[in-house]
Amino acid sequence: MAKSTKLTQPALQFKTTYAPAPESVSAANIKVQYDLFINGKFEKPLSKKYFDTINPATEQKIALVAEAGDADVDKAVKAARSAYNGHWGKMPPKERAKYIYRIARMVQERAREFAIIESLDGGKPIRESRDIDVPLAANHFFYYAGWADKLNYAFPNRKPFPLGVAGQIIPWNFPLLMAAWKIAPALACGNTVVLKPAETTPLTALKLAELLQDCDLPPGVVNIITGAGKTGAAIVNHPDINKIAFTGSTEVGKIIQLATAASSKKLTLELGGKAANIIFEDAPIDQAVEGIINGIYFNQGHVCCAGSRLFVQESIYKEVLQKLKDRIATLIVGNPLDKNTDIGAINSKQQLQTIQKYIAIGKKEGAEMFESTCNLPGKGYFCRPTLFTNVAQSSRIAQEEIFGPVLAIQTFRTDDEVIEKANNTPFGLSAGVWTNKGSRIFNITTRLRAGVIWANTYNKFDPVSPFGGYKESGFGREGGLHGLSAYLKYE
Amino acid sequence: MSAVTAILPNFRNTPQIDHVGVEERAARFTKRSIKAETKVNGLKLALNMIDLTTLEGKDTDGKVRQLCYKAMHLHDAYPGLPTVAAICVYPSMVAVAKKALNGSNVKVAAVATAFPSGQSSRDIKISETKFAVQEGADEIDMVISRGKFLQGEYNYVFDEIAAIKEACGNARLKVILETGELVTYDNVRRASEIAMYAGADFIKTSTGKIQPAATMPVTLVMLEAIRDFYYRTGKKIAMKPAGGISKAKAALHYLVMVQETLGIDWLNNQWFRFGASSLANDVLMQLEKERTGVYQSANYFSID
Repeated sequence: MAKSTKLTQPALQFKTTYAPAPESVSAANIKVQYDLFINGKFEKPLSKKYFDTINPATEQKIALVAEAGDADVDKAVKAARSAYNGHWGKMPPKERAKYIYRIARMVQERAREFAIIESLDGGKPIRESRDIDVPLAANHFFYYAGWADKLNYAFPNRKPFPLGVAGQIIPWNFPLLMAAWKIAPALACGNTVVLKPAETTPLTALKLAELLQDCDLPPGVVNIITGAGKTGAAIVNHPDINKIAFTGSTEVGKIIQLATAASSKKLTLELGGKAANIIFEDAPIDQAVEGIINGIYFNQGHVCCAGSRLFVQESIYKEVLQKLKDRIATLIVGNPLDKNTDIGAINSKQQLQTIQKYIAIGKKEGAEMFESTCNLPGKGYFCRPTLFTNVAQSSRIAQEEIFGPVLAIQTFRTDDEVIEKANNTPFGLSAGVWTNKGSRIFNITTRLRAGVIWANTYNKFDPVSPFGGYKESGFGREGGLHGLSAYLKYE
Repeated sequence: MSAVTAILPNFRNTPQIDHVGVEERAARFTKRSIKAETKVNGLKLALNMIDLTTLEGKDTDGKVRQLCYKAMHLHDAYPGLPTVAAICVYPSMVAVAKKALNGSNVKVAAVATAFPSGQSSRDIKISETKFAVQEGADEIDMVISRGKFLQGEYNYVFDEIAAIKEACGNARLKVILETGELVTYDNVRRASEIAMYAGADFIKTSTGKIQPAATMPVTLVMLEAIRDFYYRTGKKIAMKPAGGISKAKAALHYLVMVQETLGIDWLNNQWFRFGASSLANDVLMQLEKERTGVYQSANYFSID
């Protein structure tokens, strides 16, 4: 392979600074210390331990958060169990629905505060938390609230019943949205919940706990406990939990599947991905370029369904690459709270190191790197939008999930070739196809082994649409009717 | 320079536009939050890009002279404001405008070629163009033959533009696509390509007589066509959205779109214009708000 040389620079000159337009942090009310939300109250952890949650854009501490030990997990599960046996499991479904609708409306009312805290705690740009994460979270509650009293119509003649207590473990890339994805269908089906947000991004889940108090949701229906992997393990291994729903890395997913094997726990896993985004020569190219950008640089690339492998048909490769570079030059990297920021902070120091490790691997493997020339803030965890060309199918940067703003580009000639390469991965979460030819969309999408496939768009989410993976990307679906059935059993 | 002599593309096979994608991208520019000095600079730049326009049957010499004065003195209460880029009038008013603008940098643009419908013979269009140039027009705003275009007579449209370009001499040629009559983004893109290869110096969205006039997605499609033409030929083409842009905030969104599609080289009135008459006063009002901190009533800004 060619030695690593600088590719042609963007053909056009862009100015990527606008006067600062920061969202005001004062609109968010954040406490100094957060305890565990168990049985409708914030309670001090029996473990007596706390940890810091920090702002990845400034490396400053935001708040102290309790670390739930085994005894705390047990307390939360007991609270959930007694709520399930006591009132929630027996409540008429339309009454349950009222609570869920109330949650949805209150998320909308507090949208601004949620968005600010999401960006502060997780590093994602305020434009995304404001326009995507929070509205989608509210929509999930609205959607599932509607199903609560219609489960017999959703699954006719099957007499659906709730499972009991659900243990839910969510990742740090979409903290509030993932909480909504997990809690809304569980409650709609009549289950109670013990939810653990990720240790780097616990704040919006804890704000959601405050919101649940204000909603007068009966105690114990939703318990939110914070902590790291050990807390998660205690949830997974707790004998009185009926269902585990996990979103996170494939590595941890495998451990959970092993731990829940030979138990009666139901399990859904939504794990990693290495999605192929495929651009055919007859695609609407400018919109496809936008889809590539949105596919890999959305949320700093911390997206399990990110379009991290780009396949471009040979005949349009030069044009696509030129346009990609010019588009990358316009991306603004910086303060997540600035309304003009396109790419915010990498979620944690550890994740930044992982990304940097893969960038080094890519260079070492002989791929050619191109990165934006933008300035990065002096403090905080930031990474320039990066792409690699001259990538081999056997390169690690084309095989392993990087979970950062790093794109691996390959070219292809024929439909068969690209399908073979796209499917040649242990993952199978998502894919994208860009072509103006309807028949090709149907042909390619039926042959791609991925749970979610977008045609002429990318990274679009809707509560109505099921989301989940094939192969090592996990099993079970969230969203839509499929998402309900993950929280039900049948007589 | 007449028609670009590079190998002509097949105009039946111009790039396709996905309308969902292009509208989404255009909306994204409106999410930029333009504040403080960026806003003031942007507003002044927008003023300097305006083609102040009067295109009415009832236009008089007096009205044109008043408009010309306004072009050079937008709001004398605010020191240091730029002039607008040009005055846009019918050919019969060119001489009046030229005289009134004498000594300034403000250009005179004339609509020609049986504006706004373009429903006349080529000879008449050519002689009207020559008349406007003789009267002193620095720029000619022509309309394409939309009927021929929609019939698929792309060569006819191409040849007509090339002929008008020749008649323009040293005047810069703006080619109005009248996108409201072309309906689809694919057609807008195709017409843009035809115009650029046939020798347009500017491509312009609309006459202002047909709705819809300029929209952000349509302008984006044209800016992307300009960018691709530049990639292929190295030749820069200017852009003029016209009609429907009456608010300062919208003008700033357009500038963001130009900046992030074509880059800073296009951010001056040589390469980008607003065809608008009511935009100037809203921009002035916003500038005064930035300067004084309070909004002033519309009565403080001269109507033209």
